[in-house]
Amino acid sequence: MVLIDKNTKVIVQGITGHQGSFHTGEMLKFGTNVVAGIAPGKGGTKFADKVPIVNSVAEAMQYEPDATMISVPAPFVKDAAYEAIDNGLKIVYILTEHVPYQDTMEIVKEAQLRNITVLGPNGPGITVPFESKIGIMPNHIFKEGDVAVASRSGTLTYEIVYAITKAGMGESTVIGLGGDRVVGLSFIDVLKMFENDPKTKKIVLVGEIGGNNEELAAEYIKKNVKKKVVAYIAGRSAPPGKRMGHAGAIIERGVGTAESKLKAFNSAGVKVADYPQDIPKLLEE
Amino acid sequence: MNLYEYMGKDIFREYGIPVPNGYVVSSPQDVKKFTNPVAVKSQILLGGRGKAGGIKFAKTDEELKNAVSTLLSTKVRNMTVTKVLIEDMLNIKHEYYVSIALNRAAKSPMLIASAMGGMEIENVPDDKIFKRIIDPSLGYSDFIGREASQFMGLPPELSKQFLDILKKLYNVYRGEDCELVEINPLVETGDGKLIAADAKVVIDSDAIYRHREFSIQDPEKTPLELKAEGKGYAFVELDGDIGVIANGAGLTMATLDALLLHKGKPRNFLDLGGTDNVDIVINAFDLVLEAKPKAILVNIFGGVTKCDTVAQGIVEAKKKFDIKIPVVVRLSGVHEVEGRKILQDNGIEAFSEMMPAIERVTKVF
Repeated sequence: MVLIDKNTKVIVQGITGHQGSFHTGEMLKFGTNVVAGIAPGKGGTKFADKVPIVNSVAEAMQYEPDATMISVPAPFVKDAAYEAIDNGLKIVYILTEHVPYQDTMEIVKEAQLRNITVLGPNGPGITVPFESKIGIMPNHIFKEGDVAVASRSGTLTYEIVYAITKAGMGESTVIGLGGDRVVGLSFIDVLKMFENDPKTKKIVLVGEIGGNNEELAAEYIKKNVKKKVVAYIAGRSAPPGKRMGHAGAIIERGVGTAESKLKAFNSAGVKVADYPQDIPKLLEE
Repeated sequence: MNLYEYMGKDIFREYGIPVPNGYVVSSPQDVKKFTNPVAVKSQILLGGRGKAGGIKFAKTDEELKNAVSTLLSTKVRNMTVTKVLIEDMLNIKHEYYVSIALNRAAKSPMLIASAMGGMEIENVPDDKIFKRIIDPSLGYSDFIGREASQFMGLPPELSKQFLDILKKLYNVYRGEDCELVEINPLVETGDGKLIAADAKVVIDSDAIYRHREFSIQDPEKTPLELKAEGKGYAFVELDGDIGVIANGAGLTMATLDALLLHKGKPRNFLDLGGTDNVDIVINAFDLVLEAKPKAILVNIFGGVTKCDTVAQGIVEAKKKFDIKIPVVVRLSGVHEVEGRKILQDNGIEAFSEMMPAIERVTKVF
């Protein structure tokens, strides 16, 4: 098991918001065990006639949740995450984008001290087909299988997962790390989990320009990973110095370029696909 | 968001970091009566000002007036100078370097300091640079400053001032939600005082909402990029001829990469972001059309973004802007069947896969 399974009890902070309500509905369809939603001031009602809505995480603790999805506007994310951490939830997934990175830094540090896993911010969450999904990945792209996927980009995750599914393979766990400069998990953190997961036989890393997460992962793979790893890197055509959307995707002083990531992966024996759709082919080789 | 030097120094002053006496003018008429020798510094957001002639020195009233009018009437590094900072000239004995910025791998701030300041830190040898991660929970504490000052070989009196500046610089970094705070050079004057001769303050644009009102245009952005920024799109102009609209930074980058591998040249990067709003799609078309591409490629994998919303936006944009150039669309993900039907009903071809769409758009002209 990687982080979640069908028994994982999930709450949603911001369940009545536009994103919160849509994706809670989708999670329920997927089979996620959503036990409560938080909407301060709206306690006592129900979501979709079945999920109780309460005013605070403290109040939701009666349902013994393990994980939370935070879908509140960026200025309120730190407070919501602290509320979840303070109540001892083990997995804190932050959907919201544009969270000030110093807020994230504090959230991640506090979580680390208490052995809490932070997913995101600005990522698609985690899916274990067909056990549980916390996040916003489209339901229909998954198939149960033995390929684990970790990615820094949301939509690119869908693209690659869908390609794996259509090629007749399936996924054991899919984790979106988040697109921001500071996020809870690194590739190394998830590689450890995937290497120890009996369901996972092969691993896909989806990286992008910026930072040195991929370079560090390559070093780690060389020394510690026995399972097959393949990769894709987005932004190989990006002009230096230009920010391609993600706050994380900026090439700073030659560090974190597509070339340095390709080189690192090559030297670790990790094949890198030219197109996202080529990943299944590399997995089969 | 990059701040001008004078704004950075205003913040430094507020937090108690010593800066030279000075004032800003935007016209030669505002220059005060000359009293001391001064440095006259053009306020632009690009580095390398000194070498480009953007900093002048004046020892007389006439030199000062000349320097101000010259800087205000010429371009420095191709940037129009609208403001000039006039500061008391410092008696420089030594130049140091100090900065605090994010270390991504450590997910923490990092202090960088060197006794070799005044030049680009990239050119200082590694063994002359002090680097230290600051635990965000513990924050800055004097022991960190003592480590740095010992490394830099500062004598006791300077070390005391240095520790005080570091503490305040960390307060600026945290208090103003900075991506970077940098003093280069941090000057030791002839009478043994440490003064911030320059100030580079970059504020996290995601945190602007909780700070003072800044309105600064990034000089490296094109007019169209600035317009896109005002409308909330992640948009970068490139020099090709295929307009691109995709969702998610990763998929948008992957789309550009795939186009280039197919010898197609993207005109732009436009990440719709996660949206469920028809107008956001229509406005995206408005922006891309302004860049005058020869064709437009839309590549959507819906999650937060719904395919039917995007399809509706494309249909409306086509009518509204009377688009005659080829528009190639790929829709997958949430509500994809509905989305592709809307397009087909309106005579627009829609692919369910990315690669056929890439191949089609590179062959339409």
